[in-house]
Amino acid sequence: MQFIQPDINIDFIGKRFIGFSISATLILISLLSLLLHGGPKYGIDFAGGTLIQIKFSDPTTVDTIKDALKPIGITGASIQQYGEASNNEYLVRADMAYKKLEGLSEKVQAALIKSLSVSTETETSEPTSTIENSESASATATTQTVSQEAVEDQTVQPTLPAEVRRIEMVGPQVGKDLRKKALMAMFFALLFITIYISGRFEFKWVVSALMALGLIGGVYFFQKLGISMPFLIVFALILSMVLFWFLRLQYAMGAITALIHDVMITVGIFSIFDKEFTLPIIAALLTIIGYSLNDTIIVFDRIRENSRKLTRDTFDLVINKSINETLSRTILTSLTTLIVVLTLFLFGGGIIHDFAFAMIIGVLIGTYSSIFVASPILLLWKLQK
Amino acid sequence: MKNISPRTVIILLVLFGSLLYVLPSFHIDVWPHKKINLGLDLQGGMHLVLEVEAEKAVESTIERMGNDLRREMKTNHIKFADLKRIAFQLHLKVLGNESIDKFNKVLDEDFQEFRIASRKQNDDQLSIILDLPDSDVAEIKKKAAEQALETIRNRIDEFGVSEPDIRRQGERRILVQLPGVKDPRRAKDLIGKTALLEFKLVDDKHSVEDALKKTPPLGTEILYQVVENRQTRRMSKTPYLVEKRTSLTGEYLTDARVNIDSQYNEPYVSIKFDKKGARLFERITETNVQRRLAIVLDNKIHSAPVIQERISGGEARITGSFTHEEAHDLAIVLRAGALPAPVHILEERTVGPSLGKDSIRKGVASMIIGGIFVIIFMVIYYQVAGLIADLALALNIILIAAGLAGFQATLTLPGIAGIILTIGMAVDANVLIFERIREELRVGKSPLAAVDAGYNKATLTILDANVTTLIAAVVLFQFGTGPVKGFAVTLSLGVIASLFTALIVSRQIFDSLLINRQLRSLSI
Repeated sequence: MQFIQPDINIDFIGKRFIGFSISATLILISLLSLLLHGGPKYGIDFAGGTLIQIKFSDPTTVDTIKDALKPIGITGASIQQYGEASNNEYLVRADMAYKKLEGLSEKVQAALIKSLSVSTETETSEPTSTIENSESASATATTQTVSQEAVEDQTVQPTLPAEVRRIEMVGPQVGKDLRKKALMAMFFALLFITIYISGRFEFKWVVSALMALGLIGGVYFFQKLGISMPFLIVFALILSMVLFWFLRLQYAMGAITALIHDVMITVGIFSIFDKEFTLPIIAALLTIIGYSLNDTIIVFDRIRENSRKLTRDTFDLVINKSINETLSRTILTSLTTLIVVLTLFLFGGGIIHDFAFAMIIGVLIGTYSSIFVASPILLLWKLQK
Repeated sequence: MKNISPRTVIILLVLFGSLLYVLPSFHIDVWPHKKINLGLDLQGGMHLVLEVEAEKAVESTIERMGNDLRREMKTNHIKFADLKRIAFQLHLKVLGNESIDKFNKVLDEDFQEFRIASRKQNDDQLSIILDLPDSDVAEIKKKAAEQALETIRNRIDEFGVSEPDIRRQGERRILVQLPGVKDPRRAKDLIGKTALLEFKLVDDKHSVEDALKKTPPLGTEILYQVVENRQTRRMSKTPYLVEKRTSLTGEYLTDARVNIDSQYNEPYVSIKFDKKGARLFERITETNVQRRLAIVLDNKIHSAPVIQERISGGEARITGSFTHEEAHDLAIVLRAGALPAPVHILEERTVGPSLGKDSIRKGVASMIIGGIFVIIFMVIYYQVAGLIADLALALNIILIAAGLAGFQATLTLPGIAGIILTIGMAVDANVLIFERIREELRVGKSPLAAVDAGYNKATLTILDANVTTLIAAVVLFQFGTGPVKGFAVTLSLGVIASLFTALIVSRQIFDSLLINRQLRSLSI
């Protein structure tokens, strides 16, 4: 069986300007969406806040939960249904200033369980394992009033119909630290990859290592001067592009441009769908970097091999031939990888859902970019001559 | 099977070894006894990052030294005014030339630790600011963090959580991981409580009402007793006017136990002082008979019994309307000692056990579904060669599992995602090789020569492609916390395993098929 005929010869290089304009449009849309949304939407990992996942044994509504939260002063919380409607599962998210955060999750639990106990006290719901609430009132020790429901709650002793399945609380300082770390991780991954590619493809280990060291040193130095991290990293990336150009690290430039392209578009699509950035999403972005690079390197490898063999052909013909020769493999691997991330997306459950979504975008964009972005960039130098 | 190549031996050894490491996780207890560790997100549990407010430890040290200085000045009849602590500094004025001379002597002889930050003398009045050298401040902060870690560890050990993980993170953060903890709230209370136990005498000379309206008289403060009615869950707060000076603290405790009051059938905590504490306690009770002694825990009054008589023997009891659990936990924190400085929670992640089970079920389900799709796809597309790739894939998963158990790494939900991703990407190496072999076959090479050439040409490409993924995974490991780290681990293991299975195992299968069985054609 074969999807791609062996003698296939699509003129990818001739169509590279179509590719460039598609990429440019996608990046523009991404930037626009980020601008309109005021930057990426950070999840609590990066923004700080509290997230509580609660499963109820009986159907309830967002409004009921909202009402239950009002007495304890949580009005700005966002409440979402989580997963399928029949699960009766909800996510409560509050962006609370740090001091208020302490003990917040207990208060939410207590309030929810309290109000729900009242509304369902005549029913005999199945006992669910719950996080103890018998002492929960002590969390509100400083307030002297306790609502009337609590009295009934105690005397009737109903089984508790809500189960707190997950609590995540991240203080703003930790969120800031994580944000910085995530940016650093992306930056370092790109730099190390630069060294490896320049070394393996052009034997420029020393030049690229020195360049990477210089960039790391520069970022470190300016960070000490109190310049903000995101700004520094954007600056460092632009600077490295310029350096690639003058040091003629063409393979590194092609690969890194493709990677930045992939990450930017994935981030942009996340922003368009209004999805949140969390730690697993950073993991997904780094995997996309790895995966897209995998693709790019296989094409590059063929280009390197063919340019030794086909010395009489022009470079753009060599590139085109290489892309066509590896096309079958590119499509197949993308397909198998897509199959698994799709199953993950469909069956993996809520926590992994967005991760799988990012991976789906990444696999598609990564495959596209190794053909239409990374390889044509190699031509930039040749056309200059 | 006449001549077994060394490569076959290696493959069989690896397979056998990894099976040994995998089996314990499936409740078949064989030698290495190493099971795959499940992360908190899969087995349920609590992850906390605490920050030690180390400044508070410095402040209280300076406060204490200030009190010592005050006492020393009083015994030496030195006239002074405005002795107060501002941040990490001690400010005071010494009045009169005679006092200044005596003060200088006291400072030189008994308070060598102090550094003189500034010193101004106008006529017969000396304004002086004292502080501690930076190295001492750093030392106090470091000690506070270390001691807090130790105290929290002791508390958790007594609380009884299986395999807790408690460690320093950075200079003053403490990471606490409690897998499978049933009552996260109680655990959190236990960990976060400063547990500073103090005994303070109640001031009977002034009325509480007056103190509440105006400022409390010099040397006294208002503390509250908070009592919760168990029936109505109503809180009541009673103010007490107590002396600021602490008569006795919990540092002299040697033991704390829960007992049940036979009269009211209520639990209380009985405490025992060491020799010095017992002597102090005896002196306090002796000189203050008929006065009330407030038992203060973290600035909240638990009870304020009237001293009926001199108490010797160094035993006392803390009553208050405790539940049995509260009394039990209070005894634990008193035994483990007070935290040198308050801690606060920076980060908390709690996963209930049922959610963890759900996650495992869904993760494994999507792994099986995705795996089956890929396996079927490979067989349809590459026929017999596809079967070989599937075999390599199965071995790949066994190797990842064995690696997880062998290195005692933690499997998290993103980790499962990493394995699933590896399933998709592991066949990539095989696809690369097979496509090469097909190319070589098309040129007209014999199957054996085509396989040989295919592997030779694809090997370097596969290495290059996988090393870069490995780079991303290693960076991720460095940066990541908990779940994300788990993902980096399985991804790295997957990359290494797929190199082994694609370049060595499937190669060996091809070779044995083509050489030993003398196949003339290749189904690829």
